[in-house]
Amino acid sequence: MKYLDEFRDAAIVQRQAALLHRITTRPWTIMEICGGQTHAILRFGIDEILPPSMTLIHGPGCPVCVTPASLIDQAAFLSNLPGVVLCTYGDMLRVPGGKDDLQSAKARGGDVRMVYSPLDAVELAQWEPDCEVVFFAVGFETTIPGTALAILRAKHRGLRNFSVLSAHVRVLPALQVILQEPACRVQGLLAAGHVCTVTGCGEYEPLAREFKIPVAVTGFEPVDILDGIIECVRQLEQGTAQVVNRYARSVRAAGNPVAQALVHEVFEPVDMEWRGLPEIPEGGFKLRNTFQEFDAAAKFAIPGMTLAKVSECIAGAILQGIKKPGECPAFGHPCTPLNPLGAPMVSSEGACAAYYRYRPQLVEIATQEHRRGE
Amino acid sequence: MCLAIPGKVIELQGEHSLERVGRIDFNGILRDVSVACTPEVKVGDYVLVHAGFSLSIVDEAEALALLATFADEVVHELSPESPT
Repeated sequence: MKYLDEFRDAAIVQRQAALLHRITTRPWTIMEICGGQTHAILRFGIDEILPPSMTLIHGPGCPVCVTPASLIDQAAFLSNLPGVVLCTYGDMLRVPGGKDDLQSAKARGGDVRMVYSPLDAVELAQWEPDCEVVFFAVGFETTIPGTALAILRAKHRGLRNFSVLSAHVRVLPALQVILQEPACRVQGLLAAGHVCTVTGCGEYEPLAREFKIPVAVTGFEPVDILDGIIECVRQLEQGTAQVVNRYARSVRAAGNPVAQALVHEVFEPVDMEWRGLPEIPEGGFKLRNTFQEFDAAAKFAIPGMTLAKVSECIAGAILQGIKKPGECPAFGHPCTPLNPLGAPMVSSEGACAAYYRYRPQLVEIATQEHRRGE
Repeated sequence: MCLAIPGKVIELQGEHSLERVGRIDFNGILRDVSVACTPEVKVGDYVLVHAGFSLSIVDEAEALALLATFADEVVHELSPESPT
């Protein structure tokens, strides 16, 4: 496909790797923010062609993984109310909540439907006027304009049976929290290119200054990811800390002003609990009061649900990049994609699921250790 | 989750900005998506699509510029210190 295949060219990747080896003189630690980038790094084996001294840390950019357990329980609760159709992205169905999950709620008779887009949920509300359609909205700044668009479309069409349960999260406040951690080892950042198509690059400037950290706005194909790493290493070797847009084919410096305006019209920042992280100031988005009629949290009496699950799972440390999946005592046994203990094993973009899929030798080690322990 | 795929706009429909839809060709697979966030889009453009709406219009010159950075002859001439 155009704009994908060219950026998976093995010859270019090999030249990039050679260049990277030539310019790297010290051990650098770089964090890729987005789970999609983590997935690509493991899928294409990019971590295996880097200079051996270099470490990639997998960032918190998987919205499925950071959705608080209590919100998943709330969505499951809503789906079991008579007349309610709960729509969400496929990734959300198996994520364990505090005491429930959407797949189990569906098995109990809840009407849970997978959609590709929030706009599909609006169509459903129009086709089925007797149902209350609730869209369980997860996602970062990339995804939020779609939810805003869906709400504005529902309003424009005069629909009264459509609402949104918002689990939308914002990347930058979370990065702030992670970089402030004394245990944080990150020296360079690959910013998530698709988030930046909406937000632009400017909001990383204060972050780069405050933490003296180079930021490369980076795409998702192998050539893009190596290009972002090369940019970070060049800056680290020279001692600079600039924000550089390396995904300029899709990212404009100012982002997408139309998408920004849609989001601003419908949503406002709110302090938000992230799974595995402390509550993050302005870490999420909620619907503005002027859109209360579309806010499922206001429309339905949802009981507050918080219940932390106790297990060996170290999802919090994984999401902060402090530990790697192979270091978790539960990785591979008992935690697998079919029996996930934590969210990073559920989502296809979660770091644990990516390691499970693309690094079978780690799963083998975990299984052997378990056998020895028995 | 933030996966977005480039596809070619082959048709545009709808007057109201909230209802404007583009038919996008993803290498033979067609899908209608909202183009409300890229109102300046034209038939023939490539747009980056995520969760049923367009995020941005792909800039071909920028795509080629990045690939050119790593053309064989360019990389071979680079010394460790020389910027590109």
